[in-house]
Amino acid sequence: MVESSNNVKGIIAKRVAREMNDGDVINLGIGIPTLVPNYLPKDVNVILQSENGFIGLGPLSEVDPDLVNAGGQPTGINPGGAFFDSLFSFQLIRGGHVDVTVLGGLEVDACGNLANWVIPGKMVAGMGGAMDLVTGAKKVIVAMEHCSKKGSSKILEECRLPLTGKGVVDLIVTELAVFSVTDEGLVLEEIQEGVNLETVLDKTEAKFKIR
Amino acid sequence: MDKTILVDELLPIFKDGLTIMIGGFMGVGTSAKLVAALMESNVKDITLIVSDTATPEKGVGPLIVNSRVRKLIVSHIGTNPETGKQMIAGDIEVELVPQGTLAERIRSGGSGLGGILTPTGVGTSVAEGKEIIRVDGRDYLLETPLRADVALLKAKKADKSGNLVYNRSARNFNPIMALAADLVIAEVDEIVEIGEIDPEDVVTTGILVDKILV
Repeated sequence: MVESSNNVKGIIAKRVAREMNDGDVINLGIGIPTLVPNYLPKDVNVILQSENGFIGLGPLSEVDPDLVNAGGQPTGINPGGAFFDSLFSFQLIRGGHVDVTVLGGLEVDACGNLANWVIPGKMVAGMGGAMDLVTGAKKVIVAMEHCSKKGSSKILEECRLPLTGKGVVDLIVTELAVFSVTDEGLVLEEIQEGVNLETVLDKTEAKFKIR
Repeated sequence: MDKTILVDELLPIFKDGLTIMIGGFMGVGTSAKLVAALMESNVKDITLIVSDTATPEKGVGPLIVNSRVRKLIVSHIGTNPETGKQMIAGDIEVELVPQGTLAERIRSGGSGLGGILTPTGVGTSVAEGKEIIRVDGRDYLLETPLRADVALLKAKKADKSGNLVYNRSARNFNPIMALAADLVIAEVDEIVEIGEIDPEDVVTTGILVDKILV
């Protein structure tokens, strides 16, 4: 079955939402991670941190050119939020005051290495705040499509692209499966609904254990 | 002392080869007037320290598009394709710095420190050529201070002594850069008399701000 791209993104975001606990301070990367709040259960209220300088990121009510999210898009701030400068923002991040960060990935590997900021010779985006986030957040979740557009596995035995962080990833959520990163490598925690183990084995380059 | 200044008075300050810090994140909190003044002054070979190069039209984007920058110290260039193009062509030297490290390097430059120790970037290409210092069993990179000749800030409001108040997410790198340059110029939307801003609300003290452009 071929899922539409939006559907795939929704499946990933919905599963990531289940990792959130009431009261968690969360930082969401651009792309699929920004969809996660749409799927939070009613009794789970999280506080979103935006690395460009505030806590309490909320829905857009009125466009203010001076209020944007970390993707530069207009956004809102919830009652109880706070603004601060970039220094303090990254003190929160590096200092372990952010419970969970959810990021996209180009490649993840069995050691929990993540690559998502550069493709040599092709794309140089820059790491932005990603290296600080994966270093400082208590839990790092990679939310990404299982395979690249060309169909090759993004979950590798060893990353080939330059790293964003070494041994930093805790959980990988794709439209096919959920893996945790342990001292003994990847562990398949779950298979998404309607997916079978053969598909996961076929689409995953890295070796993994099955829980 | 009245610190207000006109654009024309700014132009002679801008010289080729200066190191300039410019506040802002994706152009939000970047002074469009001061960037325009830099463009008008025709300076080139700037070393630019900035969070990101925004888009070709926004923030510091025009300085990149018009080849005014020789060296860039920056955390993200992905939203301005021109930066990547010039980098690959060898027309601009780009030092990519994790955003939190960039903030801390500017802080250390502005606060008399010899650098900072951060775990960010250990085990990545960011660590190449840097000293690794082990503290309590964890590895940290020694990241060196950054300073500039000029810092260009954007704030919402100033009093005539230069005390600054910012607006929402437009604060970002501005308050840190105010500490780390020899000459600090702020564009503000509004200027008020001394005493009209409650000292409790001042984010950047006027002692750091040399010139104010309204």
